[in-house]
Amino acid sequence: MSKLKQQFLAGPYLLWIVGFILLPVLMILYYAFTNADGIFTLEYIFAIGSETNRKAIGLSLQLGIICTIICLLLSYPLAMILSRIQFKNQGFVVFIFMLPMWMNFMLRILAWKLLLSKNGVINTLLEGIGMPEISIINTPVAVVLGMVYDFLPFMLLPIYNSMTRIRKDWIEAAQDLGANNVTIFFKIILPLTVSGIISGIVMVFVPSLTSFAISQVLGGGQVLLIGNVIEQDFMQGMQWNAGSGLSFVLMIFVIASMALVNLFDKEEPVK
Amino acid sequence: MSEMGQKKMSKHLIDFIDISKSFEQTPVLDEFNLYIRENEFLTLLGPSGCGKTTTLRMLGGFETPDSGQIFFDGKDITYLPANERKLNTVFQKYSLFPHMSIAENIAFGLKISRKSKSYIDDKIKYALKLVNLDGYEKRSVHSLSGGQQQRIAIARAIVNEPKVLLLDEPLGALDLKLRQNMQYELIRLKEELGITFVYVTHDQEEALTMSDTIVVMNQGYIQQIGTPEDIYNEPENAFVADFIGHSNIIDGIMITDRLVEILGVKMPCVDEGFGENTPVDVVIRPEDVELVEPADGYMEGDVTSLIFKGVHYELDVQANGYEWLVHTTKYVPVGTHVGIKVIPFNIQIMHKPESSDERAVEIDE
Repeated sequence: MSKLKQQFLAGPYLLWIVGFILLPVLMILYYAFTNADGIFTLEYIFAIGSETNRKAIGLSLQLGIICTIICLLLSYPLAMILSRIQFKNQGFVVFIFMLPMWMNFMLRILAWKLLLSKNGVINTLLEGIGMPEISIINTPVAVVLGMVYDFLPFMLLPIYNSMTRIRKDWIEAAQDLGANNVTIFFKIILPLTVSGIISGIVMVFVPSLTSFAISQVLGGGQVLLIGNVIEQDFMQGMQWNAGSGLSFVLMIFVIASMALVNLFDKEEPVK
Repeated sequence: MSEMGQKKMSKHLIDFIDISKSFEQTPVLDEFNLYIRENEFLTLLGPSGCGKTTTLRMLGGFETPDSGQIFFDGKDITYLPANERKLNTVFQKYSLFPHMSIAENIAFGLKISRKSKSYIDDKIKYALKLVNLDGYEKRSVHSLSGGQQQRIAIARAIVNEPKVLLLDEPLGALDLKLRQNMQYELIRLKEELGITFVYVTHDQEEALTMSDTIVVMNQGYIQQIGTPEDIYNEPENAFVADFIGHSNIIDGIMITDRLVEILGVKMPCVDEGFGENTPVDVVIRPEDVELVEPADGYMEGDVTSLIFKGVHYELDVQANGYEWLVHTTKYVPVGTHVGIKVIPFNIQIMHKPESSDERAVEIDE
């Protein structure tokens, strides 16, 4: 009886999975492997080999990796400082860093466009003090900047969490056993934050690999990522089969990169 | 035992000189002075907040005093960082590294001092044998019980052959039975290693069982330093007497040498040199109170409660406005009218605490 009841309780969740995850994936698979007439073809899978698409996925990977590395390099020391320094209200300081995350990300990206554009806020200010203008809008640099700004909290939070789980007495025990700060970092702090780094990398790399809105707004059509190609296929060309084919390939890339990253996550979970 | 010990431990190994330390304006230690001799098992004993842990952490290098100096083997180590001190600590919460195996935990300090692989392997084997956990090299920290983790923490510390082992309430998190076993293990370890142990605890029984020397502390001041026997039998003030075991501590007046008055009754005692009509604290241990026929005692009273404690009964006896704590092997039912008697030798006379130390000897019940 109770078992039946439990299964019944899982019903809505099952419905959700089928309706919003399983069905869409199956639909993408269907469109990816058929042409407009519904006949099986690998044409749209191999479409990734075309020069435009190859370039787009290459640039996506490149910018995704750069964005992830920058996020990691910024977040790690920041997380370390946040977790170590004894603020009166540590939670509030972390809250301040997380605050932008709660605003719509399109708004944030549009704000960057205003800041960076030719006659934007930054250039007006630079002009005012007689400095040369910067023109990074509509370049990959601006896209990476936008991605880093958007995805930084997804790197910071997991690393900060794993950092706060490091007990102070572990550090003291290491000191007691003769470890200097460098040894403590490489033997204690780094290994104990690997799981946070892994989560951070996945949570930043995957959305940056698949993003299209940021490159559209800050790239101004000059920076074509694989996400933009897919978006164009669906929204402008109404080529669902082509879009699904590329989506499928991108999904393979995402899954492969996550598997690769997880290879390095052999650590036992920290209690 | 004490004579032999005395010879072996003649040299000062550690000296605390005029140490003061405050945390955010709250003084924890004030002009603290203490020396620790070589090969001594010294216990810092006191209630929480008495400064015992701060003292140990200063020795370990995790705190620096606001003023004063700490000498180790003749060298000033007051500001020497923890990783350069030739002593190791066993922490209260074991503090084993969770991402390392037992062997890796034990090898941590040896790898830092760049010992050879074979030396490290031998040492791990030796240390595990010493703490009775042979064959645990490959185990993970999580698979061990609290007591086992604590023994690994000890092994991890002693493989580095420190001159001094610092132990910060290492048995605090263990259950009673395990705690008692570990006490014997620690005594055995101390004998086998022949090094100095500095032990911090709030458990008076633990301190009495293991120590060569006990330092009783309260509110940043040393109350008494002595052997367990000294501390138990001759407490220097009411705080020590109360902390070391529940005692009857009664306001009294020393009438003259060998005669004290408490609760309106004059009793002969063995103490001298307190002057005449001096206010004193009188300590009488519960096991030293004799219950006799009403007419034969110094005062008469009634048994108000009786608890069976295994070896003895614990009684409260209301007499002359004081509730006496009495341990006896005789069964005396509640309501019995009894006489109270104490032989002169068992009456401890102590000076009332004096001005500067007054705060320190207050008894918090």
